[in-house]
Amino acid sequence: MTYTEVDGVEGEAGDFQVMLTRKPRYVDENKCTGCTTCVEYCPAEYPDQFNQEISDNKAVHIYFAQAIPLVAYIDESCLYLKEKKCRICEAVCKNDAINLNQKPEKVEVKVGAIILSPGYEPFDPRVREEYGYGKYENVVTSLDFERLLCATGPYEGEILRASDKEHPRKIAWLQCIGSRRVTPGDNSYCSSVCCTYTQKQVILAKDHDAEADCTIFHNDIRSYGKDFETYYQRTAELPNTRFIRSYASVVGEDPETKNVLVRYATADEGVKEEAFDMVVLSIGLNPPADHEALAAQFGVELEDHGFCRAATSNPLKTSRPGIYVSGAFQGPMDIPESVFTASGAGSQCGELLDHRRGKLTRERVYPEERDVSGEEPRIGVFVCHCGANIGRVVDVPSTVDYALSLPNVVYAQEQLFSCATNSAQEITDMIKEKDLNRVIVAACSPRTLEPLFRDTLREAGINQYYYEMANIREHDSWVHSKEKDEATRKARDIIRMSVARAAHLEPLQEIDLPVNKAALVVGGGIAGMTSALSIANQGHEVHLVEREKDLGGTAGRIHYTLDGMDVQAYVKDLVRRGHEHPGVHVYTEAKITEATGYVGNFVTKVDSERGAREIEHGAAVIAVGADVYEPTEYLYGEDERVMTHLELEERISEGDETLARAGTLVMIQCVGCRNEERNYCSRICCGESVKNALKLKEINPEMEIYILFRDMRTYGLMEDYYREASEKDVKFIRWEPEDPPRVEAVEEEGRPVLRVSVPDPILGQRLATDADALALAAAVIPPEGNKDIARFFKVSLGPDDFFKEAHVKLRPVEFGTEGVYLCGTAHYPKHIPETINQAYGAAGRVLTLLSHDIVTVSGAVCEVEEKKCIGCGACAEACTYGAIEFRKTKQGPKAVVNPVICKGDGLCNVKCPTGAIVLKHFTDEEIMSQIDAAAPEKEGEQPMDAAVGDV
Amino acid sequence: MCSGRVDLDFVLRAFANGMEGVFIGGCRLNECNYTTHGNYHALNMVLLCKRIMEHIGLNPERLRIAFMSSGEGNLFAEEVNDFTRKVKELGPIGASEENDLEALRPRIQEVRELVPYIKMAEREKLESRLESEAQYEGLFTAEEIDRLFREVVSYYIDPEKCQACGICARRCPAEAIVGGKNRIHVIDQDSCIKCGTCLEVCPPKFGAVQEIMGEPVPPPIPEEERTIERKSKSA
Repeated sequence: MTYTEVDGVEGEAGDFQVMLTRKPRYVDENKCTGCTTCVEYCPAEYPDQFNQEISDNKAVHIYFAQAIPLVAYIDESCLYLKEKKCRICEAVCKNDAINLNQKPEKVEVKVGAIILSPGYEPFDPRVREEYGYGKYENVVTSLDFERLLCATGPYEGEILRASDKEHPRKIAWLQCIGSRRVTPGDNSYCSSVCCTYTQKQVILAKDHDAEADCTIFHNDIRSYGKDFETYYQRTAELPNTRFIRSYASVVGEDPETKNVLVRYATADEGVKEEAFDMVVLSIGLNPPADHEALAAQFGVELEDHGFCRAATSNPLKTSRPGIYVSGAFQGPMDIPESVFTASGAGSQCGELLDHRRGKLTRERVYPEERDVSGEEPRIGVFVCHCGANIGRVVDVPSTVDYALSLPNVVYAQEQLFSCATNSAQEITDMIKEKDLNRVIVAACSPRTLEPLFRDTLREAGINQYYYEMANIREHDSWVHSKEKDEATRKARDIIRMSVARAAHLEPLQEIDLPVNKAALVVGGGIAGMTSALSIANQGHEVHLVEREKDLGGTAGRIHYTLDGMDVQAYVKDLVRRGHEHPGVHVYTEAKITEATGYVGNFVTKVDSERGAREIEHGAAVIAVGADVYEPTEYLYGEDERVMTHLELEERISEGDETLARAGTLVMIQCVGCRNEERNYCSRICCGESVKNALKLKEINPEMEIYILFRDMRTYGLMEDYYREASEKDVKFIRWEPEDPPRVEAVEEEGRPVLRVSVPDPILGQRLATDADALALAAAVIPPEGNKDIARFFKVSLGPDDFFKEAHVKLRPVEFGTEGVYLCGTAHYPKHIPETINQAYGAAGRVLTLLSHDIVTVSGAVCEVEEKKCIGCGACAEACTYGAIEFRKTKQGPKAVVNPVICKGDGLCNVKCPTGAIVLKHFTDEEIMSQIDAAAPEKEGEQPMDAAVGDV
Repeated sequence: MCSGRVDLDFVLRAFANGMEGVFIGGCRLNECNYTTHGNYHALNMVLLCKRIMEHIGLNPERLRIAFMSSGEGNLFAEEVNDFTRKVKELGPIGASEENDLEALRPRIQEVRELVPYIKMAEREKLESRLESEAQYEGLFTAEEIDRLFREVVSYYIDPEKCQACGICARRCPAEAIVGGKNRIHVIDQDSCIKCGTCLEVCPPKFGAVQEIMGEPVPPPIPEEERTIERKSKSA
């Protein structure tokens, strides 16, 4: 339900009534096909909000190119709605989708649970004049710039200045706009995403114009996310790119060139002013605009900044039972984390509502499939007008005639919109009436509608793989709107190729695999236990495997978090629930010795204190955690006053007297990472150091604490604690990797001290401090044994040896190998609340699989013709999915494809020298027939040409 | 389906059909939709094919690969427009080559027949993952392609040694070996894909299969002389 607002919420967890208002779209969603003819004819232009009002759009429009549903709506700038005139859109819409009489509609829905995911509001730099936004034309926000970069943006992917529509050659980005500032109107927290999105924008700007001069004025560079550090390095190494560590402000513009003047300061040169063609303000993330009203409406509490207040032990839970929160309403976060939390919130709802799962679903029944494999091909071609989208460019009637002239085509017709419900019915009817056994729809991209038309074939009792799509819209009418004759010719070419292929298509069966309902969770830390309990709470057996004697993982050594969570109590409770839950089977001192199988059907052998067991399971969650680097630097291991942060925390919680009495304590950041050997940031250490510094200040306010850092990466709401530490006189001193701190054990006036020195760039000499204790922010490193786990479950590791998810943003808790999921620090270092988010996220994805009785595997997978296989292994080498195995036969080893693991990319087909392995639905024969049919028609060879007339 | 599914033979077939240019669009490198990074394989195939085109006298500029994401319509348009311009400039096959299509077609056909052999000979390189554009030029060299074609092997069954055990015929993936009970086996050179399976499986005690390089394969032994007279064991 898009374009809908919430009016009110009543009831309680498991039984809410939500009152909604559907705003009038003035377009019938069921009739609109998204053809955008109305948009073209609409005379009312107004600034396009999606494109940041840089360019114009029409009163009737589709919100943006990837909108779901991809249908138009009419907004308040419509002439009819304002002045009762025009109504052109009504006249041009061939599907009668426009309805200017729509009224707001009240709807009440009953739901068991609610997820709040209203997102965030971009910071508006107009609130502070010093940013110059709205005052100087060539000052843009990062969101404006994002649209400028985009192919569907205001200038179709060209970066142009507002003042003269010229390409900017010299661009500056100003970081932390609206973030990390306590001035009125700004936000005190860090917006978490700006450092990295700026780097992305620099890379893309350089893609647009390799010569562009890019300057980034920044505070700390917060590349704390997975692969962010190398991304930063990649950006910094681009030619003509400068990263300048300085606050910068917009101070004016050149009245003639409209270039923007930026003032900044560097250690070497002092205060400077420099002109830029364009200035991009890297704006931060605000809570949603109407957060207070939203909170009041749903009865949930907000934290001080206006984000949703979550339970400390579960960031997905709001203060009201049955209402969950995902995405940036939890606080600033990037896309992968938003996706974790989305899956996680889904799992929360699943736990609450599991008793009702599946009660409202209905199964679809298709008629029995007719076996037509023995018949001659009888091809039907349906050519779509797509309203005016195709029809106005391609001569559809003559194209239909042409199609009829092609071999094996026994029927062809035109359709106004092939995707409309009645048209699909028409296709089904014609298949039956004309005895068609193959169908081609010449319309749009298979990306969107192929599933619909395949379904249409199934409805007619024909195997769905007998369907072929000819794209004469995206590939033709849309790109050749001004060359109508050529477009018609191209439509014929495309259809001719499709007809050629269709004749070779084969019926393929999709495989339905049973799904074993149990899950295996590897790793009994917070991530593993949280995930296991969430899965078990939704009615599935869980086998929880832990290598140590006890559950708990690294969290067993953590005592408190920055926001005051009692970690030990939390872990104890988790462990207790893990042991008590009847659905959770705990295996301690466990070691996996073998894992075989595939999605829905794994068999894993585990040796544990319960003996050797063979566990059958449908899904696996890898939550093996991470290890702590054991420093070799800064006298660690040689002097007991030197410790890691985990050890420091243990000493603090044990009430270590020596520590409490220490006069001076120094912390050194980035020990063992952000270096050549481990080129990543351990993410959690800056927050940990601030946490321990604050704790120490609580115990002994007189203690002198120094934190020697490279970039303070207290991203998100942690920034406030960094500020608090600074206010409590914790001293922060920055060092560069070229000249790191030095530590020596010396005697000072008869007192043994640790002398820590660090260069001072301003004074040009080393500052030394005599410390009584030294805490090292030791790197979080990939867990021991991860290579074995990767091998067992056929999953991969990233360049840093942490486990590699299927897709950084779109599938952050899944592996490329289906049925295997990932969470916690095995994925990458993360704080406890982040781990909990991701653990619930993995549980949510596991449930998506296990809640089904079967998984369906595509028919378009590879197959081996055994006779032709010479067992050379080229196919298996190319298949990183591990779908190909070799079977010993009397005729030598022969490749066998496991269709369940095969993803149908077809690499093996190309590698095979003998043509033994074949990608079904994209066979050599099918593709070659298209290549042959693509050859230009020769004059006089096509009998219909003369009849059609406009060749 | 992945861009890595584009077979060397597809490209050659298109040129043999008289297509004046072939364009392959793949996903951006290192942004694989699968986990296989098959677009690198596509790139390697194109680099190889370009060298082959040079070798047979077909302008390699008629083949191009470009990498882009589905969101980069503008880049696609740019690339295709540029390539179309280029192909128009080159004209029909023959206009920028020494020979016209009719003269080139048999050469293309010859290479097409060697595709299985080329896949085996260049297997490793076709699978490699190049790190920078600087390496593109060096992956395959003109000398290497010359040698590849100069050193094409053929397989031949020595009629003196063949004992008609039938193993090679059973194992030949191309069904290129004509044999039968008590009949000397013969390789049909037109069907042979040069995979070497026959050589590999011919029992060492017979050693009948020979690898021939750089010289013509002896003509097949006449049909009537193929029967093997065996002495009966009891005799």
